[in-house]
Amino acid sequence: MRRAILILVPYLWLLALFLVPFAIVLKISLSDYNLSIPPYTPQMDFSNGWWQGVKDLFAAFDFENFIFLTEDDLYWKAYLSSLQIATISTLLTLMVGYPIAYGMARAPEQWRPTLMMLVILPFWTSFLIRVYAWKGILSTEGYLNQVLLGIGVIGEPLTILNTNVAVYIGIVYTYLPFMILPIYAALDKMDGSLLEAAEDLGCSRLSAFWLVTVPLSRNGIIAGSFLVFIPAVGEFVIPALLGGSETLMIGKVLYEEFFNNRDWPVASAVAVILLLILVIPIVLFQRNQQKQRESDG
Amino acid sequence: MIRLSWFNVTSLTLGFAFLYLPMLLLIIYSFNESQLVTVWAGFSTKWYGELLTNESYLDAAWVTLRVALVSSTIATILGTMAALVLIRAGRFIGRTLFSGMIYAPLVMPEVITGLSLLLLFIGIGLDRGVVTIILAHTTFSMCFVSVVVSSRLMTFDKSLEEAALDLGCSPFQAFRLVTLPIIAPSVISGWLLAFTLSLDDLVIASFAAGPSATTLPIKVWSSIRLGVSPEINALSTILIGIVAVGVISASLISKRTMLRQMAEEQAAERA
Repeated sequence: MRRAILILVPYLWLLALFLVPFAIVLKISLSDYNLSIPPYTPQMDFSNGWWQGVKDLFAAFDFENFIFLTEDDLYWKAYLSSLQIATISTLLTLMVGYPIAYGMARAPEQWRPTLMMLVILPFWTSFLIRVYAWKGILSTEGYLNQVLLGIGVIGEPLTILNTNVAVYIGIVYTYLPFMILPIYAALDKMDGSLLEAAEDLGCSRLSAFWLVTVPLSRNGIIAGSFLVFIPAVGEFVIPALLGGSETLMIGKVLYEEFFNNRDWPVASAVAVILLLILVIPIVLFQRNQQKQRESDG
Repeated sequence: MIRLSWFNVTSLTLGFAFLYLPMLLLIIYSFNESQLVTVWAGFSTKWYGELLTNESYLDAAWVTLRVALVSSTIATILGTMAALVLIRAGRFIGRTLFSGMIYAPLVMPEVITGLSLLLLFIGIGLDRGVVTIILAHTTFSMCFVSVVVSSRLMTFDKSLEEAALDLGCSPFQAFRLVTLPIIAPSVISGWLLAFTLSLDDLVIASFAAGPSATTLPIKVWSSIRLGVSPEINALSTILIGIVAVGVISASLISKRTMLRQMAEEQAAERA
């Protein structure tokens, strides 16, 4: 009895506020846009009995919104460019994050808790504020341009804000802790004598790094990359604040489709496809985590 | 393998400079006299004064705090229950679906979670306001809580609880007197995580909030979309300060309790 309550309370909560909302998104993505409140048809109508209502509902469903998505260039481009921006940012985050995680793993034992805390601390600070901070740095009259103009590296201010470059910087900056922590965890577990053995056997330090350190931190690299890539694909705040008119990301399209155009059926269809695209990396990520847990256990 | 090369030192220095410089600039320029955020015109605390007399920010801060307190508390209870189900309840019908629903929100794009909840609220005719934001925040943060708590439960020695049951405790007593004190640190960090997630959330809140309730991130969002403003810099400084003090004192406290525990264990071994 107690066990049943323990299971049912969180179960019902998640069913009601996670699964049912999804079913609604799916339903509306199959409905038609209509100038009414709420702005779609068909509505649930059970006045002719429950079964008839369900039958009518299904009869009115079609894939029109999904066909619309394939016909309009905007959506294709937005999906592809989201994937592209997420991929580039993930690689950049890896390039920035790996040396930091590596340095942390080689730092004296008594420094490590402090270094860990310094990596985690930004994660507790507001995401919005951390993105906003870059607006002041990257704008035409911002701090970066002031410094670069001051030391004479450039003759006229660079345009970085409102371009994709600013979006890359924003993603790398905000998601960096997600990359550093799993890589650091993997490097921390590594047995240092392996590197010594490689060097004794004639490896240079660089080739020992490529042949020993990188393969042994593979799980950390994979986990970190997924942790950056998956949320970056659907990112809304960063492209909206730092990106410009050239920046096309699907999270932003969905938000605008819903709030500005009030086209709920198309917004729902955009969400359904985005989810289908993300299922692949999410499943791969879960598999990697599972494998890691098994090899640890 | 303590061999910090110049390369390690450089990458650590540059890395932490990259992480902290933007926030440092924000803090410094919050004390700037000028309305133009990027031009230094002398030290002043006037933006703090303007912020603290601005009713709309104070109202938003109050809404945010209430939402965060309520949603993180419910999320902690539900999330701990969910963790117990995942680790302890064994097999039951729909278990796979259950663990899927726990893990999915962790990786779900916020725009989708927000959109789906909004459509639900409209569908059942629930007026959007503080209550809907609390429901939305509870739902996604309970999943984070349950991940944190279940990773602690996995390493929990079940024989302790069995001993309590053998000694005549009811299952609930055994949980309250034995299990809960041991997993308490993870429950507390789960609560803290849920609390900060709620304070921080913009996207889901802007779907779930109606005109009657504005949270601080929504308020900040509407003023920074247009550009940088010195008031927001002052607000950011206050928030960064609160977080820094909170995280540093929490880590000091946990370090002290860890040292005390170690001392106690050593004493017990000697005895």
